[in-house]
Amino acid sequence: MALLEVQNLHARVATTGGRDILKGVDLTIRAGEVHAIMGKNGSGKSTLVQVLMGREAYEVTQGYVRYDGKDLLQLSAEERAREGVFLAFQYPVEIPGVSTSYFLKAAVNAIRKHRGETELDAMDFLKLVKDKMNLLKMDQSFMNRAVNEGFSGGEKKRNEIFQMAVVNPRLALMDETDSGLDIDALKVVSQGANSLRGPEKAILIVTHYQRLLNYIEPNFVHVMLDGRIVKTGGKELAVELETRGYDWIEKEIQQPVLTAQTSFARSETPR
Amino acid sequence: MYDCSKEVLGYHNEEVTLLQKERDEMRQRRDTNRIRVKAGLVENNDPKPREFASQGSYAMKTMTQHPEKDYDIDDGIYFDMDDLKKDDGTDMSALESRQMVRNGVDDGSFKKKLEEKGVIFCSISEAVQKHPELVKKYMGSVVPYADNKHACLNSGVFTDGSFVYIPKGVRCPMELSTYFRINASETGQFERTLIIADEGAYVSYLEGCTAPMRDENQLHAAVVELVALERSTIKYSTVQNWYPGDKQGKGGIYNFVTKRGACRGANSKITWTQVETGSAITWKYPSCILQGDNSVGEFYSVALTNNYQQADTGTKMIHIGKNTKSTIVSKGISAGHGQNTYRGLVRIQPKAANSRNYTQCDSLLLGDKCGAHTTPYIDVRNTSSKVEHEASTSKIGEDQLFYCKSRGISLEDSVNMIVNGFCKEVFRELPMEFAVEAQKLLGVSLEGSVG
Repeated sequence: MALLEVQNLHARVATTGGRDILKGVDLTIRAGEVHAIMGKNGSGKSTLVQVLMGREAYEVTQGYVRYDGKDLLQLSAEERAREGVFLAFQYPVEIPGVSTSYFLKAAVNAIRKHRGETELDAMDFLKLVKDKMNLLKMDQSFMNRAVNEGFSGGEKKRNEIFQMAVVNPRLALMDETDSGLDIDALKVVSQGANSLRGPEKAILIVTHYQRLLNYIEPNFVHVMLDGRIVKTGGKELAVELETRGYDWIEKEIQQPVLTAQTSFARSETPR
Repeated sequence: MYDCSKEVLGYHNEEVTLLQKERDEMRQRRDTNRIRVKAGLVENNDPKPREFASQGSYAMKTMTQHPEKDYDIDDGIYFDMDDLKKDDGTDMSALESRQMVRNGVDDGSFKKKLEEKGVIFCSISEAVQKHPELVKKYMGSVVPYADNKHACLNSGVFTDGSFVYIPKGVRCPMELSTYFRINASETGQFERTLIIADEGAYVSYLEGCTAPMRDENQLHAAVVELVALERSTIKYSTVQNWYPGDKQGKGGIYNFVTKRGACRGANSKITWTQVETGSAITWKYPSCILQGDNSVGEFYSVALTNNYQQADTGTKMIHIGKNTKSTIVSKGISAGHGQNTYRGLVRIQPKAANSRNYTQCDSLLLGDKCGAHTTPYIDVRNTSSKVEHEASTSKIGEDQLFYCKSRGISLEDSVNMIVNGFCKEVFRELPMEFAVEAQKLLGVSLEGSVG
């Protein structure tokens, strides 16, 4: 069964309105799969994962998203998180004065409470995070530092994957986690992400580089262009993109009438 | 290899772990205390505790010796939540519950402990009778009656207040606290506080305020005077939670308070820490006159305005002595239609050579109908001093909220968390239990302000 099913998703910036950024995204992710989305800057990759996470700055104008049998678009961001969706941010936000441990404990307990589990006390929480810290080769002092404040770019990204490992989501959305990471950090982060793979779970990776996909092997690679997914292939597609760029894909689909028909036909396919 | 485990064990038993005799004594004291608080609660017609339980190092059997016998026993008292009600049937706050227990424990022995050290802690009316020389010498010496119209009104009509005197070289053995409440409607409250720390003395003083809901406005025009003599330190902390008026801005306290401290002696220090969440209108500028050479003045403030509250608060640091130092950290939070102003003066007099001031003013806005204003005055009259001013205004970021929410944290908890983080530098200055109280208070004051 599909864990995530996105159909003809359109979205735009909520405050200014204007043109859609997402112009009909179709995407199906089954449990156990890893998908990667690649594409040029401004093609809508980051917007897609943020819309999936429920960012209110974007307004969905059309389309439908089903996650684990539920209408995802009806849920608020915090409800989505509690249902097992997680977004590793491209630009993690600083929260001055709030320690990472306090923040993460609040997150874990909010999710546990939602599931009807007892909230973790300080000791149990510490036990939970210790393993994950080792996994991501993070120093204990991380926990006492304010969330992302004064963190280097690499530390911020590592912190995202650390949080992801602690929360253990069913659907992990990773937004350009590899940008700004050196090769060692990339390995550590990939290891963290791989530890989250499982038959019940799925990962959606947004990236510019094929390099990350050497470490986290995807089942499918999608190419996004101007707010739509225009091509889907296996992991070899990422290699091809790395060498050939995106222009050839643009040329391939530069028959507007045909594109419209294909996407029409696709959305008509019975689920 | 030489086996030294016997020596180590012996040393551990003799020098490290607390001796059985001392542990027994401590247990005895704990039991006496339990009897005392039970009796006190009965006498005050307060609820009966459900049980007691030891906590901390005693409970964990990890008590160690201390050269100055500085160890204690942590004891917990438990009540049924349903019992913790006020006279009007509503729930007691955490602070009120603690106040109740504290009153229960107090059978006059606190006073004895203070008396042993020579500390005077009483009402102004009592001080006038018993210590007229101190009252005559110091009252009005920091805030003269003609200082401003509210101080003048207070000086004319005040009936009572608190008086503290810490004698030479004495470190006050406990934190002193007073709690003010305005009950009557359509009234004014004009209390006066006078605190004197003699040479080398130390005192930490806490002030809490609360008032029930009234449709009419009430006036609070207090005067607080602090006098710090040579090498002494006064820490004055306030959690102000006067009734702020309703959502439409009806009712609430007008809080027009004159607070000022004089660092009279060399190397003296005065620290003001305030958390202002209540009152319809607050005008309050706890200030320091740094007369003594090397004296230090500090001001840490969190002011929160929601609905139609207005807070105009800040400090004055008047540098007169040489090498004087002052630090100002002000955090203003505005929500709803609240208006928050930081108004401060840093004056460095010609003779205050090598003086320093550091000012940091941060404002946080929640919503688009509130305001934050900063009016710093800086007046430096010599060339050897250094003054720094940093200011920032930020809106609580949509990106910060989204980040928290994407982790499953509710909107309200996210706002609380971000606001508390914003205030961390100030809360750090508060005594432990006040800091906890202040955090909760911010949460309550912000309820319904976002979303």
